[in-house]
Amino acid sequence: MAELFQFELVSPERQLLSEQVAEVVVPGAEGEFGVLKNHAPFISTILPGILKVRGEAGGWDEYFVRGGFADVAAGGLTVLAEQAVPVGEISREQLDKAIQDAQEDVADAKDDASRQKAEMTLAQLKDVVEALKKA
Amino acid sequence: MPSLKDLRNRIASVKATQKITKAMQMVAAAKLRRAQEAAEAARPYAERMGAVLANLAVAFEGRDDAPKLMSGTGNDQVHLLVVATAERGLCGGFNTNIAKLAREKARSLLKQGKTVKIICVGKKGYDALKRELGQHIIKTIDLRSVKHIGFNDAAEIGREVLSMYDDGEFDICTLFYSTFKSVIAQEPTAQQLIPAHFEAGSSDEGLGANAVYEYEPEETEILADLLPRNISVQIFRALLENAASEQGARMSAMDNATRNAGEMIDKLTINYNRQRQAQITTELIEIISGAEAL
Repeated sequence: MAELFQFELVSPERQLLSEQVAEVVVPGAEGEFGVLKNHAPFISTILPGILKVRGEAGGWDEYFVRGGFADVAAGGLTVLAEQAVPVGEISREQLDKAIQDAQEDVADAKDDASRQKAEMTLAQLKDVVEALKKA
Repeated sequence: MPSLKDLRNRIASVKATQKITKAMQMVAAAKLRRAQEAAEAARPYAERMGAVLANLAVAFEGRDDAPKLMSGTGNDQVHLLVVATAERGLCGGFNTNIAKLAREKARSLLKQGKTVKIICVGKKGYDALKRELGQHIIKTIDLRSVKHIGFNDAAEIGREVLSMYDDGEFDICTLFYSTFKSVIAQEPTAQQLIPAHFEAGSSDEGLGANAVYEYEPEETEILADLLPRNISVQIFRALLENAASEQGARMSAMDNATRNAGEMIDKLTINYNRQRQAQITTELIEIISGAEAL
């Protein structure tokens, strides 16, 4: 039996999740990373993607998250996401809106660095949306 | 002396007003509960964000490569005031108090020879400020069509402010809103958004852990990502506080109005009864003296 740790998923509007979980996979800015109990303290920004949570029972819950960061501390993992929706509840319009926003970001970017970043976000977002539409 | 009919009409009209204020009070009470819940639900996010930023900020203290959002432009010539008020009136001193605080600040800045730019969020603030500071108001943002303030609304304003900052249109940004203390007490507050201030105290416990934190990507990049987000979060929080304060202020204002109307009705009713009595007495005297004269 995997050891449990405290996991919190918070969006600006509400706290979506606050419970003991066994494992969380976060879409980090430099690649996905999994968090188990006693992970070293660690802060990472997140890319739009699917955040997976394995609860005590062992099944995976999936959430679509966008924009924010993950904070792994001694007390557990906190993910602050600008948008966080359970995959089952997400609607086509929300995804389209997210893509549109990202496209605007690319168009608005002032220098190469920020444009590159925005394009990366857009590409990632498109991948995720494709995967979701297939599912 | 108003006639009996006049009094009757007045009583009827005050009663109608009382019904309206009573209804408004109850609506405000219901909305207040929802607004309070929204404000509470948003708190964990803002708090965590603040804690992480405070941690990061400590690492950047005094460094030259600290982001401009934190260190400022090195100037304090141009001030941007973001004044958040309600869209509707009839809520006691709520709008007036925020506008007053903003006006005083603007006045003292102008006296020091600074440039002042104002963004009004909410129509009432614009109404209150346009007479004296009309030429300084560069933008009004209307949230009238928004029923429940979502994070997107705040992010929109945040983006606006940030793009102005990037274009060098102001040096210091202050946000005006009303903090919700209780139903009867709302405190107008001025909070400096840019350059960002972090309370050093809040990072005390994290300081030990801070040493071993790993960052991905680099601290600088994370900070550059989080600071703009933080602006939106702060604005969002202010808007929610404002929404709760507004309903609280309206509730107590309408409670007062209902009570006043009740008192007025009592007074008018007593007046009405006295007059009716007087009229009856006069009529009786007339009849009796008429009968006696026969």
